[in-house]
Amino acid sequence: MIETHELTKDFDSFRAVDSVTLTVEAGTVLALLGPNGAGKTTSVRMMTSILAPTSGWARVAGYNVVTQAEQVRAHVGVLTEQHGLYERMKALEYLDFFGQVYGLPPAARRRRARELMARFGLADALDKRLGEYSKGMKQKLALVRAMLHDPPVLLLDEPTSAMDPQSAKQVRDAIIELQRDERTFLITTHNLTEAQALADRIAIIRRGRIIANGTLDDLARRFVGDPLMELRVRGQLNGLARDLADLVQVETSADDWLRYRAPQPETANPAVLRRALNLGVDVVTLAPVSQTLEDIYLQVVQEDEAQEAQRNDSYS
Amino acid sequence: MTATAKPVQAAGAASAVHSAGWRHTLDNALIVTRREVRDSFRDWRIIVPIIILTVFFPFLAQEVATRFSNYLAGFGAEIIGERNIPFLLMVIGFFPISISLVIALETFVGEKERRSLEPLLSTPLTNTELYIGKTLAAMIPPLLASYVGMGFYLLLALTGELQWRPPAMLIAQIIVLTTVQALVMVAGAVVVSSQTTSTRAANLLASFIIIPMAMLTTGESLIMFLAPDADSPLGIGALWAIAAGMAVVVVLLLRVGSSVFNREELLGRTIDELNLRGTLARLWRSVRAVGPALKPARSLGEWYRRGVWGSVRRLGLAVPVTALVFTVTTVVGYGIGMQPEWRLPLPEGGPGAATETFKALLNAPTQTGALLFIVWQNGRVLLAAAILSIFTFGTAALILTPAAYAILGYVLAQLVLAGYDLSFFAAAVLTHGVIEIPVIALATAAALRLGAVVTRPPRGMTVGQAWFLAFGDAAKIGLGLVLPGLILAAFLEAFITPAVVLTVLSAAGG
Repeated sequence: MIETHELTKDFDSFRAVDSVTLTVEAGTVLALLGPNGAGKTTSVRMMTSILAPTSGWARVAGYNVVTQAEQVRAHVGVLTEQHGLYERMKALEYLDFFGQVYGLPPAARRRRARELMARFGLADALDKRLGEYSKGMKQKLALVRAMLHDPPVLLLDEPTSAMDPQSAKQVRDAIIELQRDERTFLITTHNLTEAQALADRIAIIRRGRIIANGTLDDLARRFVGDPLMELRVRGQLNGLARDLADLVQVETSADDWLRYRAPQPETANPAVLRRALNLGVDVVTLAPVSQTLEDIYLQVVQEDEAQEAQRNDSYS
Repeated sequence: MTATAKPVQAAGAASAVHSAGWRHTLDNALIVTRREVRDSFRDWRIIVPIIILTVFFPFLAQEVATRFSNYLAGFGAEIIGERNIPFLLMVIGFFPISISLVIALETFVGEKERRSLEPLLSTPLTNTELYIGKTLAAMIPPLLASYVGMGFYLLLALTGELQWRPPAMLIAQIIVLTTVQALVMVAGAVVVSSQTTSTRAANLLASFIIIPMAMLTTGESLIMFLAPDADSPLGIGALWAIAAGMAVVVVLLLRVGSSVFNREELLGRTIDELNLRGTLARLWRSVRAVGPALKPARSLGEWYRRGVWGSVRRLGLAVPVTALVFTVTTVVGYGIGMQPEWRLPLPEGGPGAATETFKALLNAPTQTGALLFIVWQNGRVLLAAAILSIFTFGTAALILTPAAYAILGYVLAQLVLAGYDLSFFAAAVLTHGVIEIPVIALATAAALRLGAVVTRPPRGMTVGQAWFLAFGDAAKIGLGLVLPGLILAAFLEAFITPAVVLTVLSAAGG
């Protein structure tokens, strides 16, 4: 698992990461989202013991990132922002090198490399020079490199960027499978759909600070309000929207549908259905309107910007 | 996800946490070396020049040496032709090792530029393992090429028309010089690489390595031609001295390299930006600060009490090292002075003649002028020592200032040999020396630390942070203690010392 507490990193007078506190339980995926330059890569570099925190602490896979840096790096698989492959090498040779660096015995290195390459559809490209690989293939190979030593924690920066839809699905499937195997993931990405599909928790970082952290539902509730439900009927609503006013807060309505917010859908929804039936309205569907991560993200960033503007105003 | 995957604990990870020990470090470093060397041998831009310089150039050089020797023999100048042969051997050795600079820049900053360094930095390899691995990788191919090229040339020179029969030690010297030169270039290239983010910038900075090395090779060739001991079975003394000096430079550069080759330095720097205003502001902050956190002093009293005193305490080992060097140089100066061939004929008349000289000094304009001159003289020597120390890893501080103590020892020896009363020497030196000697020692120690700190920054600090702290300390000691101390000592030397000396001389009947 990953645990950070008040993790801070200064580069001279510039604070790149500011008091980041996060917990990623074993077997879960945390998506760390944020605009460019928000501090995602610096945070990941501290969790990989590449950069030392200025203050605060972090434990990754049970090891302290400052005092047990080598153990941390041995137990973490990292996919860096740029794949950074040695283009004159062949894939098998490349993986063999990293296998050696991670202390894998020769037979295990070869077996593991072949298995993972096959898993990601690269079995035919084992003897190809990496300079001849396509962008997507390079990205997949970099992912294979990160998984080669079978680490319990994986820190992946944009894992499916530059991949075609099929390759991206292979990667997502692999992450889900590994997650079941109690692996811990921290993914930084700009692909919000992918983050929504994979992540158990979402953390949004801006200007080095975590401005939101929680499950998608938590964040939706906090930043875009209570769950939004949509009721569709056969025919006309016939004043149903007005008649529900004492039960729920109706947000919008049309001839044959309405949307309302329900802080407790499990109690509000049966009551709404009963009222509709009593009024003789034929209900066709009652379903939650899904809040996309994009809505939440934009709302979070907007609120933070507003707060910042307010702070700046009060200083001046 | 695979049949072999084990839950949570990585199979390879556990064994990858390497135990301490040099054997392990070297094994891991060699993993990196092997990969890099293989990669270098796949790069035609490296291989083609190496092959040309290794195979073709020795033939050419041997041909030139033969023709040159024959031509000079026609004028009875065989000796010039003969001495040209080892010179060409050295050139043959030097050309391939100049490629080590290119490889070093490529393997360090080139990787950084191609972003292939970060995956490597994310592995359990230690900074030392990476540094050794890459340094060896940059050295091995060119050095091998150099040895092979020299071997070819030697074979041709020994068995061909030249029938050269050099002293074995001369060959050994050239091999040693070639090796240390390669080490200097690679170790220097690592330092350059770590401070830049592009090969373009690194190549520009590399001229600071290649130009001095080319000049040094020119100097070595001149020594080979002109050295009186060129045919000595022990080799040429001056070349051994150069090799020893270069070995010291190698050690210092390797230490700087291992300090700057760390993950923090390599990834913390993202652009080659020259921020003069920011640098000056940081220097000023370091001077005003009262501690390593660079908190500015609130008053002059606090600056002295906490700032200057803290700076003196941080000098640490530099103080005893300086004291030891001062003592040793004084003793050496004394020892040299006692040698008959170095003895000076002192003025006739003994201390009596000195009485008149000292009496002449006792007037206000002369004494004021002397005060200013002494402060200026001592101040500029210490300032020069500090500035040169920055570029010489501290060694200049231990050469420039102690030289005065060697002279002092030498003068003492002359006085002893001439039978002077030593109370005269004590009065002439110690009256102001009580202040001046510790002040100069303190300044030298601060200059030493300023230059040497980059070779081993304190734990938890980057080279830059450590240097700025050392600069602040040196400046605080300079302004807070050395400058007032020098003024006081100069005052004593100009106004009090002559009077004390006269008293001593009159007491001695001079």
